[in-house]
Amino acid sequence: MGRLNSAAELEKLREEILTKRDPNKPCVTICSGTGCHAYGSEKVAEAFVENIKSNGLQDKVDIRRTGCHGFCEKGTLVVIFPEEICYLRVRPDDIPEIVSTTLIEKKVVDRLLYEDDDGQKITHESEIPFYKHQSRMIFGNNRLIDPTNIEDYIALGGYAALSKALSEMTPEGVMEEVKEANLRGRGGGGFPAGVKWETTRDAPGERKYVIVNADEGDPGAYMDRSLLEGNPHSVLEGLIIGAYAIGSHEGYIYVRQEYPLAVENLNIALKQARELGLLGSDILGSGFNFDVKIHRGAGAFVSGESSALMTAIEGRVGEPRPKYIRTAVSGVWDRPSNLNNVETWANVPLIINNGARWFADIGTEGSKGTKIFSLVGKVKNTGLVEVPMGMTLREVIYDIGGGIPGGKKFKAVQTGGPSGGVIPEKFLDLPVDFDELTKVGSMMGSGGMIVMDEDTCMVDVARYFINFLAGESCGKCVPCREGIHQMLKVLNRICEGESGDEDLELLDEIPEVLGDAALCALGQTACNPVLSTLRYFRDEYEAHIMKRQCPAGVCKALINYYIEPEKCQACMICLRNCPVGAIDGGKNLIHTIDQEKCTKCGTCLEVCPTRFGAVIVLSGVEVPEPVPQGTEVARG
Amino acid sequence: MVQDVAQTDEIIDKYKGDKSSLIQVLLDIQHENRWLPRDALMRASQRLGIPLSQIYHVATFYKAFSLMPRGRHSVSVCLGTACQVRGAPRLLDKVTEKLEIEPGETSEDMRFSLETVNCLGCCALGPVMVVDGEYHSSPSRKELDVIADACE
Repeated sequence: MGRLNSAAELEKLREEILTKRDPNKPCVTICSGTGCHAYGSEKVAEAFVENIKSNGLQDKVDIRRTGCHGFCEKGTLVVIFPEEICYLRVRPDDIPEIVSTTLIEKKVVDRLLYEDDDGQKITHESEIPFYKHQSRMIFGNNRLIDPTNIEDYIALGGYAALSKALSEMTPEGVMEEVKEANLRGRGGGGFPAGVKWETTRDAPGERKYVIVNADEGDPGAYMDRSLLEGNPHSVLEGLIIGAYAIGSHEGYIYVRQEYPLAVENLNIALKQARELGLLGSDILGSGFNFDVKIHRGAGAFVSGESSALMTAIEGRVGEPRPKYIRTAVSGVWDRPSNLNNVETWANVPLIINNGARWFADIGTEGSKGTKIFSLVGKVKNTGLVEVPMGMTLREVIYDIGGGIPGGKKFKAVQTGGPSGGVIPEKFLDLPVDFDELTKVGSMMGSGGMIVMDEDTCMVDVARYFINFLAGESCGKCVPCREGIHQMLKVLNRICEGESGDEDLELLDEIPEVLGDAALCALGQTACNPVLSTLRYFRDEYEAHIMKRQCPAGVCKALINYYIEPEKCQACMICLRNCPVGAIDGGKNLIHTIDQEKCTKCGTCLEVCPTRFGAVIVLSGVEVPEPVPQGTEVARG
Repeated sequence: MVQDVAQTDEIIDKYKGDKSSLIQVLLDIQHENRWLPRDALMRASQRLGIPLSQIYHVATFYKAFSLMPRGRHSVSVCLGTACQVRGAPRLLDKVTEKLEIEPGETSEDMRFSLETVNCLGCCALGPVMVVDGEYHSSPSRKELDVIADACE
């Protein structure tokens, strides 16, 4: 492949790629995203290569290792084209059967298909409920692309938007299109991207920067990672288009070093784009020059904040600064710098290709397009989902996520990461968009959606986030450094059963000061986890404080494990597994827990066979006297 | 020590001695050694013309850097929100008990270093633990014994 010098040459290359590809040739795609990788997708891929070779099919079947498909719960995922047969939970041992049955005999391996609640098997990916209710505009191509091969991206129409922007549109035209589409920042704040672009373009100074924020730090969110790993060119194309509109010739991609595969795939993508003249000087013969550097972040949550991120790019400690002057005007080396999140950039090519009207038709009044969420926690179908803005939480959690596992009851969903809040059951029919989530005291954030069931303690959840933020506060401003620490102390007291009545008052007061006085968004929003749990689950706080009771049975200091004598079958399992030897009993003798010795590790509860269910958690009540040692099990 | 200097020079050359590449240089030194040896930092200070105090400022600010030698096997327990609600604290208790070190510590025999991380992006497996790049989904005590015994 040589350098492309015009839009026409790109189209010619696309035609060549499509001509040499036979759409009817079987292709095995193997999800190699982080989740599937953890399940051992690498071994599955190797087994395919081996088995296809030993059956002499290497010229008749293609194998493609793709990025994340999204349905992480059922990894390793394998989809066989052209039929789109979707196999779930594939292990290396399954490969010989898949090769002989599906690739050779053209039949389906039933046992690896999705099975719905009624026991019906579903063959095709697009018919599985998890996928059926989504609209995967941004994320959908992940499953069709080998991220290390630019040809795959070009074959699907990649870089057509860039080519259109450079050859048919003025920079102002591109900017207007993005403004009209009302694309709002996917990183959390939801600020209109077009407006930000315009500020940077109009700011004084010749040298301007465009930056991709891939410092995805929210615990429990991995959308950006999957997009960068699985489809890096889509982000890059958006960035180049943005640079053209803004008049920038240098860009940065700020990626966490914790995402080594994203860095690797980006480096490959940049190299391939440069070779084709899609990046560098005189892009597609248009006279427009632009190039990108990758900056690896070294692990600091606060460095995802715009001013902190830009300081880090300069090689210094990534602390935020007051933003009387926006980074869009004065950012990296005090030059105008436009920062957008990974997903925001990936939306740009879609808008240019399809037009602002098309984009603005998707979503709600104030929030257009789709949003990718990482649907995790106590939900049946863990994974990455992309839905149009405005879909209700209930649809996302139940129709796509399959509801709560283990017959448990839904309690709340947490969105927006540590700056967000919890949303209780009564708001399940809330349409998900930027403004609606803010109204109920949470926020969109970058797209983490953590489902919690009745076994989750909301005080503990607040403590978890505050503890996280206490560790991540950079310490530059006093309200954040001290305020978060004080909140944590109060929450620790509550969870450890040492709280007093004044603690609730303190939790009402501290957030107010933090919100007003902290320097950056980390501190200003740090109170949200506390405020939202207090707002909807105040009774749980009160139970902890007044009754020394943890209703969910989570806070160690407030619970006791107890074996119900009438249910104990003296099976010896808990007794053998207790790490501190706190369980007395023997063969045929009812087991009892020595509360003095018990460290409340929960092992007995975990190992007690569910058909007995003899171990229970008590909170806020006296532990009944144990049955006398040596009491035999009454077997009826 | 000479080796630290030569290695640092090589890394800095890759970034053409650019001051703003300090974090990238430190990441590479960390990657090569699993920690930041003092000689390497002093060399970086000389070559990049950045005061050593400023380098320590950066090296202590970011979580990726360690100023102490790290163990042969790296154990990470995920404390991301999804893992948290699925019982990560209990898993962490089990791991600290087994390895007899707290997060951030290295065992005396230099066998293990334990750390907690905020999200590994494989929430479906939560609570999850990673040992030298291998993922383990909600290991029991017995499984932990097997995993630890396999580490030399």
